[in-house]
Amino acid sequence: MEQQYKPKLLWLQSITCNGNTHSFLNHPELFSILSHFELVHHPVLESSFCMQELIDGILPCDILIIEGAFMEKGYLKSGVEVSSIIEHYADNAKHIISAGTCATFGGIFKQKDPEAISGFCFDEEEKTRRYAKYASKLISLPGCPIHPKWLSYVLLMIANDRKISLDALHRPVELYGYTVHTGCTRNEYFEWKIDAKNFGLKEGCLFYEQGCQGPYTRGSCNKILWNDMSSKTRIGTPCFGCTEPTFPQTELFHTKTNMGIPATMPLGIPRRAYLTLTGVVKSFKIKRFSERLMEYDR
Amino acid sequence: MKIAEKKALKRESIIQTALQLFSANGFHKTTIPDIAAKLHMSVGNLYNYFSSKDILAQEIIKYTSEVLGEEIKKINMLDVSAKEKIKMIVTVYFTMAEEKPEMIEYFLRVYLSNREVFSDGCDGMVCVSGFITEIMIFFDDAVSSGELRNQDFFSAFGLFMGYLGGMVFLKGEGVLPKEIAYYIDDISRNIYNALKV
Repeated sequence: MEQQYKPKLLWLQSITCNGNTHSFLNHPELFSILSHFELVHHPVLESSFCMQELIDGILPCDILIIEGAFMEKGYLKSGVEVSSIIEHYADNAKHIISAGTCATFGGIFKQKDPEAISGFCFDEEEKTRRYAKYASKLISLPGCPIHPKWLSYVLLMIANDRKISLDALHRPVELYGYTVHTGCTRNEYFEWKIDAKNFGLKEGCLFYEQGCQGPYTRGSCNKILWNDMSSKTRIGTPCFGCTEPTFPQTELFHTKTNMGIPATMPLGIPRRAYLTLTGVVKSFKIKRFSERLMEYDR
Repeated sequence: MKIAEKKALKRESIIQTALQLFSANGFHKTTIPDIAAKLHMSVGNLYNYFSSKDILAQEIIKYTSEVLGEEIKKINMLDVSAKEKIKMIVTVYFTMAEEKPEMIEYFLRVYLSNREVFSDGCDGMVCVSGFITEIMIFFDDAVSSGELRNQDFFSAFGLFMGYLGGMVFLKGEGVLPKEIAYYIDDISRNIYNALKV
């Protein structure tokens, strides 16, 4: 029987900390997912071709995964401009996946030199010169790091020739149509405006004082859990907004307020409506929410 | 006119009349029959609109809060400095104290003085949110634009509204030597100086 054609998968790195590679290695079904593809080259996994062949530009490539931020000029590997190698393979690929916030928007590495460093097709929210050329095959998967299951979702959709709906920044709507706030176990505390006051507590919301970006960050961290069981907000750390073009923000553990009013409203909520609602809500004292969920001392 | 519109008008006339009587005579000395008599309606019919004197009192504070809030909303929408807005808010408040003294009197002498009437149903900011929301928006804008100092909301709110309320209270007691409008410029400047960066 003729063997079914496997899409050729090429994983390339630009300026990166390897975080997305390592995150993907934590996928519990990693090898089952990869069995749908021919791994042409990967920075740490065993693959068909070596670095020299990669640089020679002779590798086949159906799906290009890009990890890391970009400099137009001056970032070399083996004496070759990384951006030119990646553009060479991007020209031939059927699908381009920018894996992680650095590859998508510039991310952490953009902070080193904001003028020169960007994502592959976006510089924060602005389109780079590459955008027009590659937009038709681009899928953005921001996250610092990327959630392994977000990547596997996209890969398997491609392997099964299924259409992926994307938003204006080319993020899959199925994964980024939600905010991180969706599915947060602290939503009742958010609704009744009760702050956690401390990290690591099960009780309270991290939005009002602790800097949680969940209500304005697109991502499904609280829907598709990390390690199948948890998320930042579930363990009591504020969301850092790592999937957004604005990442990394400063003062991560502090909510900026103007006379006690959050300086940024939750996504899509008019300020007047929000203030009316929260002003009223704060008037009530709900006993259940002022108590610990569990007694730890007994 | 549709029945619903007629009922809404009647409801508002009850609120207006009760507002005047409560403000002038106090909450406890004003009875539902007093209010009904002034409106030339039966006590029974008035109860069709408001099931108790307490609920009527709560609806009045919501009503006055909305009226004042609407005025401040208009100011909030203007593209002028916080300094100018402060003067406009002071003017609106004092003009209302002059032209419709019952509105402000009601807040000072009924709402703040008969807390038991408002404890169940008007907890915290529930019945005055129309007004408070607009003051919050004013502060938020003024801090964002860098004109006012970022600080705790209630410290700023207490300074602003406590001052205005205090002046209207003095006016109500008949101890202010001049008309209240005379003080607008000085008071606006004082508030601005206290809150600015």
